Amino acid sequence: MDLLLDIGTWILLLAACIFLLITGLGMLRLPDLYTRIHAGGMADTLATFLVCLGLALQSGLTLTTIKLLFIVAFVFFTSPTSTYALAQASFVAGLKPKLDGFNKTAQNKEEDDGKVPD
Amino acid sequence: MRIVGLILVLLAVWLLLSGIYTPLIIGFGIASCILVALIVRRMDVLDHEGLPIQLGLGIIPYWGWLFIEIFKANIDVAKCILFPKKYLQPSLFSCKITQKSDLGKVIYANSITLTPGTVTVDLHEDTVLVHALTKLAADGVKSGDMDQRVTDVMGEA
Amino acid sequence: MSIFAVTAIAILVSVAMALGRAILGPTSYDRILAVNAIGTKTVLLIAVLGFMNGRPDFLDLALVYSLMNFIGTLAVLKYFKFGTLRGGLSRSRRGEN
Repeated sequence: MDLLLDIGTWILLLAACIFLLITGLGMLRLPDLYTRIHAGGMADTLATFLVCLGLALQSGLTLTTIKLLFIVAFVFFTSPTSTYALAQASFVAGLKPKLDGFNKTAQNKEEDDGKVPD
Repeated sequence: MRIVGLILVLLAVWLLLSGIYTPLIIGFGIASCILVALIVRRMDVLDHEGLPIQLGLGIIPYWGWLFIEIFKANIDVAKCILFPKKYLQPSLFSCKITQKSDLGKVIYANSITLTPGTVTVDLHEDTVLVHALTKLAADGVKSGDMDQRVTDVMGEA
Repeated sequence: MSIFAVTAIAILVSVAMALGRAILGPTSYDRILAVNAIGTKTVLLIAVLGFMNGRPDFLDLALVYSLMNFIGTLAVLKYFKFGTLRGGLSRSRRGEN
């Protein structure tokens, strides 16, 4: 039983490692701010969940598991708010997203250029 | 009514985080929970947005569904980062939303942002401006599935 | 080598990549994004290190750090947007002047 839990922890934490490394890679190689935000969001969601689940398998049903659950809940509630604040602030500041590789029809272009908030 | 709920929630969080159960410490915990509740009442921040107990348990299946969406979106974004030439197709578009209350709008906008691959850039009266990383993520928001589910959870037609 | 050490190293490499973005970042917002990402990874690092040393009490620090990271990002963004930390954004708008 212990061995099974250890194997589960290995698998979950290794998956989290892979996602974290992909996140770091995305931070470096994606072209502009808005695309990098997506890469950061990956570490905030699935990587956090996988790490906490992997650690929870080690601690069993104790108060430690509850604390891990609280960490996941806090990160899941706060991270979209700060991401939204960041994206909105940079959009209001006039930073235009690069839309490379996106086939701009006339209608899409209108949508992209039109909505500048006050 | 809502203040009793707040005290119960605070007490539950306190008991779960403390881990030391002697009468003196628990007494301190109860006293601090009541003190916080009194301060909150004086600050007048306790309303249907501060402690949304009116949502009930209907939000839990939504969280489950949202988690599966997050899982799928993570795989999508990971593919996009590893092979940007093939999958990277950023787009910025605005979408109508059907929620009436501010709380519903915030839940929807935060759900969009929490799903990697889509980020809410701006939230106006009843339109939401979304930046999407891939075509798949953009189609997911445009289909309005999540919008419909949030509206159902909020109990607004 | 335990899995916790492997995870800690992976988190540190990821933090180094985010730090690279903070150094390279053409705009200030890139740097704020990098700082926010580093904060989230620090939460994970604290949790993993606590388990590695057999002291799960570290999780309390991780909890507090996750909340501080949120407040810190919002404070920096507010300072960037309004140029000051004075005045509230609360519903009543009493603090605005």
